[in-house]
Amino acid sequence: MKANVWYGKEQLRVEDVPDPRILNPRDAIVRITSTAICGSDLHIYGGFIPGMLAGDIIGHEFMGEVVEVGSGVRNLKVGDRIVNPFPISCGSCFFCQRKEFSLCENSNPNAWAAEKLWGHSPAGLFGYSHLLGGYAGGQAQYARIPFADVGPIKVPQSLPDEQVLFLSDVFPTGYMAAEQCNLQPGDTVAVWGCGPVGLFSIKSALLLGAGRVIAIDRFPERLRKATEAGAEGLNYEQVDVLEVLKDLTGGRGPDACIDAVGLEGHSHGMFGVYDRMKQGLMLETDRPPSLRQALKACRNGGTVSIPAVYGGFLDKVPFGSIVNRALTLKSGQTHVQRYLGPLLQLIEEGKIDPSFIVTHTLPLEQAPEGYRMFRDKEDSCVKVVLKPWLEPPTLDAEPQPKTHLH
Amino acid sequence: MATESTEPGLGQRPQFRSQTTAPSESLTGTRPSYRPYPRPIRMPSFDMRGLADGLGWFSIALGTAALLTPRGLGTLSGAGRGHPGLTRGVGVRELAAGMGILAQRNPAPWLWSRVVGDVMDLAMLTTALGSTNPRRGRAAVSFAAVAGILAVDVFAATQLTRHAGNPLISGVVGPTDLYFETSIATTKSPEECYRFWRNLDNLPRFMSNVESVQALDERRSHWVAKGPAGPRLEWDAEITEDRPGAALAWRTLADAQVSHAGSVIFESANGGGTIIRLSMHYSPPGGRVTATLAQLLRQDPQARVREDLRRFKQLLETGEIATTHGQPTGRRSLIGRAVHRWRLTSSN
Repeated sequence: MKANVWYGKEQLRVEDVPDPRILNPRDAIVRITSTAICGSDLHIYGGFIPGMLAGDIIGHEFMGEVVEVGSGVRNLKVGDRIVNPFPISCGSCFFCQRKEFSLCENSNPNAWAAEKLWGHSPAGLFGYSHLLGGYAGGQAQYARIPFADVGPIKVPQSLPDEQVLFLSDVFPTGYMAAEQCNLQPGDTVAVWGCGPVGLFSIKSALLLGAGRVIAIDRFPERLRKATEAGAEGLNYEQVDVLEVLKDLTGGRGPDACIDAVGLEGHSHGMFGVYDRMKQGLMLETDRPPSLRQALKACRNGGTVSIPAVYGGFLDKVPFGSIVNRALTLKSGQTHVQRYLGPLLQLIEEGKIDPSFIVTHTLPLEQAPEGYRMFRDKEDSCVKVVLKPWLEPPTLDAEPQPKTHLH
Repeated sequence: MATESTEPGLGQRPQFRSQTTAPSESLTGTRPSYRPYPRPIRMPSFDMRGLADGLGWFSIALGTAALLTPRGLGTLSGAGRGHPGLTRGVGVRELAAGMGILAQRNPAPWLWSRVVGDVMDLAMLTTALGSTNPRRGRAAVSFAAVAGILAVDVFAATQLTRHAGNPLISGVVGPTDLYFETSIATTKSPEECYRFWRNLDNLPRFMSNVESVQALDERRSHWVAKGPAGPRLEWDAEITEDRPGAALAWRTLADAQVSHAGSVIFESANGGGTIIRLSMHYSPPGGRVTATLAQLLRQDPQARVREDLRRFKQLLETGEIATTHGQPTGRRSLIGRAVHRWRLTSSN
């Protein structure tokens, strides 16, 4: 089969690898019809995620058709159309019983390594480094899904791929970020980053009763999408974010802040240079300008929710804000399995159409180009969907090798 | 058991004075006792800790004298009044060694530092033995005294090094014995855990190095395991304690290639489930050097047993062991293959 293989910083190659096979009774094999590039995949692309080995197949947002099931999988059969959640969860350990699926104790075969870095190990994830299990990812034509009787959700044929694919990660991730804000009707929420997770956080916050959502980014097209989703946009290159947030809330600050940026945050001025230098010298692993700002902006006693990915050790984080102003910090990899059913229902009822984030659809062959484009926000790129079975367009047929959907 | 620790370095200061400390059974009622190894055990017949403390106080006295009256000490020892700076240096060294011996949990390294210091002093005194030194008579007496102290230091240092293992558990302290405890929590009941573990056929399913376990009779069994370097290891073991639904203890029988003794306790956890506690003594061939090397490569029994416990939990809770062995990958580099070979990651 063809798969998108990581060989190092900014080195991706789509190449032929062996097909996956059933390794355990509770495995299933899925023929992938759509897969997406996640913002967190860009951290792998940029070489910021520890524990990657050359030769790893990456990607964790995928859906498709079941082509084989192991002897222990009773709820799925060949031919079922499923969306797969990115955490791998056994369904029966202490954490799975509490529906904290991304903390599963039984799915990371390299738990010892994660324990060395983080103290304890979370669940294994698809295509996200050997610290998180070293599982082959879903930017491929086929994937093996462990504990297939727990994770995947069956989706009706009536809904197109683009409407249900994001149940695998970014939609539940944005939703959980908003849910963790413990919103009261009418609350004001500020969201840093208007990528896919930020956009779903905006929509979810409004669904959960927020009165006002303020979105912070610097790319006009992303701010436009945020406004379309119901938020008010702030371009941090044009205004002083902290000042404006105070202004908008009578000096008090937003009730909740959501950081949907993560470890490669961009910022201007001294701190921007400082972070890039320290990260370059490997003196800090993550650049957290958005987190610093969110911690300062949030109102006293408010909640800062962090769906963004941070991997290691952060610098100059104003921890005093948390202590002295009684902030609540919420974070975590998404317990996707918990949200699949309710969110699929929202889609079926037409309350939300997740396909609004898609800007580009490419054949899997062009994954490396998709990564570069997504990272550089080239061509107003917000979300790239990859089609593993789509033949790349031949040069004479179409000189421009990308198809625009929106 | 949560608040007590029998691991050296974590609990209270090991009692070097009394080698007959009661077995850890006295700590909790459910704990199986450890049985002695079937081989001779060397025990110090002397109050080693007391001797070490004496040497520590001697160091402090000598160091204080050297710092306060370096010239006086030079005259007394016959080394001469000419080098007060050098004598003060000796004083600082002695104070450090003395405080180390008295204050540290394990005095052995500080006793070895005294041995090195003694040799330095002998070298310095040798220069004072020359015919030009008017006090060469005193220097000779000093030389003999230091040589005598050197002998005592070497004796104390070797004895305490040898018995630094785990003196809290009687009967298994051997020269190369290593000891560890590890634990894991599961949602299954103590009875389920015990039943699964007691069935010897299940053991190779989660003990990664064990190829087969064959019951010889009700208590004895024959084990075949992959050795770390290649050749197979075989041994016979017997169950020394069997408390259904609660605990198991075992030891290897005479002539085992890898002699060890261990116990596993299935402790009912607050709020349901079980805490599985495993303790083990073992004697690695080659002693501490190979043990440290194995640790660096994560091939040591402690890391292995910890992973075995994880697999035990996975089998019990999910019916299978999470793996990536056999999944597709791109081309692995040399490093990727080495990492796999040493089982640092489970995937290929």
